[in-house]
Amino acid sequence: MRRAAELLARAAWTIRRVIGAPDYAAYLAHVRRAHPDRAPLTQAAFVRDVLARKYERPGSRCC
Amino acid sequence: MTSPSVRVIAPRSTVAALGWALVALLGAGALATIALSRGEPVSAIWLLVAALCTYAIGYRFYSAFIAARIFALDDARPTPAERLADGRDFVPTNRWIVFGHHFAAIAGPGPLVGPTLAAQFGYLPGVLWIVVGVVLGGAVQDFVILCSSVRRNGKSLGQMARDEIGPVAGFTAMVAVLGIMVVLLAVLALVVVNALRSSPWGTVTIGLTIPIAMLMGVYMRWLRPGRVLEASAIGLVLLVLSLYAGRWVAEQPQLASLFTLSGRTLAVAIMIYGFAASVIPVWLLLAPRDYLSAFVKIGVVIALAVGILVALPPLQMPALTRFTDGTGPVFAGALFPFAFITIACGSISGFHALIASGTTPKLLAREGDARLVGYGGMLVESFVAVMALIAACALTPGVYFAINAPVSALGTTAQSAAAAIAAWGFVVTPLELETLARQVGESSLLSRTGGAPSLAVGMAHIFSRVLGGDSAMALWYHFAIMFEALFILTTVDADTRVGRFMLQDLGKHVWPRFGETSWTPAVVVSSGLFVAMWGHFLWQGVNDPLGGINSLWPLFGISNQLLAAVALCVATTIIIKMGKARHAWVTLLPLTWILIVTMTAGYQKLFSPLPRLGFFAHARLLEAARDGGTLPAGVASATDLGRMIANDYLDAAVAAFFLLAVLVVIADSAREWWAVVKGGKAAQSTEIPFVPRPAVAGD
Repeated sequence: MRRAAELLARAAWTIRRVIGAPDYAAYLAHVRRAHPDRAPLTQAAFVRDVLARKYERPGSRCC
Repeated sequence: MTSPSVRVIAPRSTVAALGWALVALLGAGALATIALSRGEPVSAIWLLVAALCTYAIGYRFYSAFIAARIFALDDARPTPAERLADGRDFVPTNRWIVFGHHFAAIAGPGPLVGPTLAAQFGYLPGVLWIVVGVVLGGAVQDFVILCSSVRRNGKSLGQMARDEIGPVAGFTAMVAVLGIMVVLLAVLALVVVNALRSSPWGTVTIGLTIPIAMLMGVYMRWLRPGRVLEASAIGLVLLVLSLYAGRWVAEQPQLASLFTLSGRTLAVAIMIYGFAASVIPVWLLLAPRDYLSAFVKIGVVIALAVGILVALPPLQMPALTRFTDGTGPVFAGALFPFAFITIACGSISGFHALIASGTTPKLLAREGDARLVGYGGMLVESFVAVMALIAACALTPGVYFAINAPVSALGTTAQSAAAAIAAWGFVVTPLELETLARQVGESSLLSRTGGAPSLAVGMAHIFSRVLGGDSAMALWYHFAIMFEALFILTTVDADTRVGRFMLQDLGKHVWPRFGETSWTPAVVVSSGLFVAMWGHFLWQGVNDPLGGINSLWPLFGISNQLLAAVALCVATTIIIKMGKARHAWVTLLPLTWILIVTMTAGYQKLFSPLPRLGFFAHARLLEAARDGGTLPAGVASATDLGRMIANDYLDAAVAAFFLLAVLVVIADSAREWWAVVKGGKAAQSTEIPFVPRPAVAGD
């Protein structure tokens, strides 16, 4: 049962990454590890920031 | 080999060598079967086998050669994702996830539409160019640009052009990208317009995808922040419901007439949509649409592969048609060079270089992954193109030409269309055309140019054989139209926004305030300006008596291939500066071919004496009519005539600009190559120097 839940969570995470959804957990882990002195962005601010930059440059979408 | 992570090029054992020899033989046999068969319909299986064997050989040997001999990809070298990890852009990611992400970014309507249009030459030219072009051209371009960007902290193509070749090439490349986007958006929007014209079902279904995306956006922002998958699941269910909602509307006479829109109305609607998408926050529309589109994209590719494998349709289209001489109704121009222009995505697509130097290089966890993602990802896109070609060629030629030839060639009734098609030597009865239109739930399928409807009919044929039978044809048809339009509109909205940022970036050199991306007047003006740019070409296409696709698709093909030429120039420069000039043929080979093809096509579009092919000749024809006081067929007024003449000159100017831009980049590159090869200039690579990954406890 726990194993199934883990697998499901892993599958969900994989799909989220493939479709390019912002990964707040990974960001949080990164900030805590690399910059323990800094306060991380809130989830809302992080998502806003990532999405805004995604559509600024050519190369987000092809033909 | 210096590192165990660099793949060995030669097979490791005799058994492996024999196995690969078998794959090569099988592929050659399949290619021979499709090339030599005449008369009998060929089974789709031979196309699939030929493609897959060629891909396997190309991936196993050619990409290994490039990885080992040119870049010496080394997993011991930390990637930008690792060195610059920031948890946002630079995130080391599993290679299969990067592969899926990269594929979802490069695949769109391009590999579906191009092969469908090129089917007017028969299936053979298309399949050969798709399969050979990708292995030696497209996949090489994507792979080499990805490797180059990974070695340069994820630099973009424009930056690499500037840093490796020079500022002139860099600036030219940037302006060319902007121009290419204008033509791309216009032609893609035109494909949607032609698919939805007088189709209440399609219009309602596609229209509903916009509020569905916005609902998802609100859900992810306010109701359940960050729950992307929940929102996507809701979105996908609603997408299916919108398919039934469209059918319901089409069955109510009064509602149906409300949503039976003309091409002009639809064109204006798409322009408004593009403008809105560029101005409103991304979380509300762009991001949710993107998620939805990625799901549908991957789902459809898998479904199409399964459908074709189960149905294995025989190809009704001959290997070569009489239209290889350039007299075809779908688009003007002979097999050479126009087959190679019409099919861009699927063989080689310059646009991919922007993606291979965009998000993807910032995600690779290991250098070696670039081979799977860059080369392998493009092979899958090519396979999508082969499947689209199969779906189009599974239609009888009569039906194919009835859908894809313009009104000026077919007339407006099933009778006139059947007569015109009979004159081309293909058989279709008026009754067949009317029955087919009824089966797919449309009033008419005649002259629905642009490739999307004929592909949708082909896919509906294949899917309904697997699931649902004839009664499901209409649902499958509109399902196919829905996802094609979904892909296209995600390109239109995202690229309009990107175009707006590029205009603001250019404009800030004139007036700094214009570059402020959150200053509303600048946002509105730049968005409006960019929509006006592609909207003009869309409007021109909608009003063109020849159907618009005729002149716009070749222009798009030329521009996209010329962007590939720019990318290959950058790649060649990088290879030479790495001191690998003896291997530069890897990129020089596709570069030379692309230049021959695009320069020939561009020259013919400009100077061909045939009015159906050459912009100037067409303008002269219209001018002669104007001076003689007559109106050519399909032209409503003298004002329209004047506008068409102006458009011919504009198209010519745009084509000339693309050709000139590439000549500038080539000349600038050649100067740099010469300087390095002659030894006058040090072969200095701008790569980030190799520093081995620091040892981690437990390694």
